Amino acid sequence: MHRKTDTLLVIVALVALWQVLHWIVGSVALTSPADTLARAVELLGSATFWPHVAETGVALLYSLLLAVFGGLTIGIALGINRLAGEVAEPILVSLYSLPKITLYPVILLAFGLGLSAKVAFGTIHGIIPVIIFTMNAVRTIPPVMLRSARVMRLSPPQLVSTIILPAALPELVSGLRVGFSLTLLGVLIGEMFASQRGLGYLVMNAIGGHDVRTMMAVVLILATTAVLISAGLLHIDRRMHRRAS
Amino acid sequence: MSWAGWLRLIVVTGAVLLLEVLCRAGVIAKTVLPAPSVMAGDLYRLLASGAASADIGETLGNVAMAVIASILLGFVAGVAIHAMPRVRRALDPFLATYYAVPFFVFYPVLIVIFGLGAAPIVVIGTLFGVVAMLINTLNGLDRIPRVLLKTARVHGMDPVRTALMVKLPSAAPYLFTGAKLAIAYCFIGVIAAEFIMSSSGIGYSIAYAFNNFDNARMYALMLFIIVLVTVLNAVLFTWERRIMQRRRR
Repeated sequence: MHRKTDTLLVIVALVALWQVLHWIVGSVALTSPADTLARAVELLGSATFWPHVAETGVALLYSLLLAVFGGLTIGIALGINRLAGEVAEPILVSLYSLPKITLYPVILLAFGLGLSAKVAFGTIHGIIPVIIFTMNAVRTIPPVMLRSARVMRLSPPQLVSTIILPAALPELVSGLRVGFSLTLLGVLIGEMFASQRGLGYLVMNAIGGHDVRTMMAVVLILATTAVLISAGLLHIDRRMHRRAS
Repeated sequence: MSWAGWLRLIVVTGAVLLLEVLCRAGVIAKTVLPAPSVMAGDLYRLLASGAASADIGETLGNVAMAVIASILLGFVAGVAIHAMPRVRRALDPFLATYYAVPFFVFYPVLIVIFGLGAAPIVVIGTLFGVVAMLINTLNGLDRIPRVLLKTARVHGMDPVRTALMVKLPSAAPYLFTGAKLAIAYCFIGVIAAEFIMSSSGIGYSIAYAFNNFDNARMYALMLFIIVLVTVLNAVLFTWERRIMQRRRR
């Protein structure tokens, strides 16, 4: 119970900070929390807002599917083969910390404007953490389990479905959580730079029209949704790790 | 170098060579991706002519400021939060979900507040880097062996000397990891911010070249960023491994 009130206090403090900032810089630069909330409710009730949500949602969904399944496959393969994993790990780590936005023009040239470029951009952001987490999860499976699998003559698909996936599940959820955040980031950056639809475009469009209220409202909706989804995944993640340990 | 290290070198070289061959053979159109050797040539000419020096200097300056701000703020905040367990418990879910917030959507807000210049870019970079440093500072302080703290108490060391002679050296590897992540994140934040909306810097130059179909310049700058960040990360990664290994002995 203590925890919940504390969390609530932090939220209250954040909103208060926002309000104070609003008083300092004025409405032209930063709308007040109440005003932004009103605009957010207005947006959520309007018919023109939802196609943008759908656009971003579809791009995010495709990118996530590609990132998770692609990442799982590559990660399991690299986890099973120790040498391949050792060769790949530093490469993956440096790809992870690369400012991938510099590659966006190449992706636009390769895929053209539209959904596919956004999906590709979201995927390259999300797939690498999923690979790294999966690889490490597979590596830390107790060798005795793999040996018993060999004794029981499990086929590779059976090995993956009965031993590797269940044993690696808690780490996979962690990977999914990081992957989700980065995929969303990738899709939104894609929309901010060259797009005619989606929430990222809406933010850029609002700034172009000096509509700070709308911009703040979309940012609020995005940030809240992202934090809620991530908190949900975090909850599952912690429960699984507790059960595993 | 280890066997895996050599293999890695072969894999990377092979990938670059493959790209070169595919581009030269026309499988990948010249308008999509020029051959790596052409890119390198363009980069050499660009650097030699000095036409990009101002932008490069600007970006590196912004990154440096963001890195310093992230490391200092993250460290101080980490130490402060670690000293207050209740605050820490309350903040914990927020720290864990921090990176889920797509920070670039705040960038336009920052431009409205700070104006178009270096300030909003440095702030975005700092927002990106600071929490990585904070989390790792907390991590490091958590893992100081109890026995060391007890020893310090037995010897009657005052808090300042305990902090300098016991806590800091013992948490150092984690602080290093935090700094390493902060550097990587600041690069990402600064370059992305310049890319989306700015009037100078490497990110801006790439976006500008893209909008003007100046592929030679765009790819040269991309290559510059990729090489710079990769080398920097590789150095930090190796250094970090060495520190961790020394710790294990």
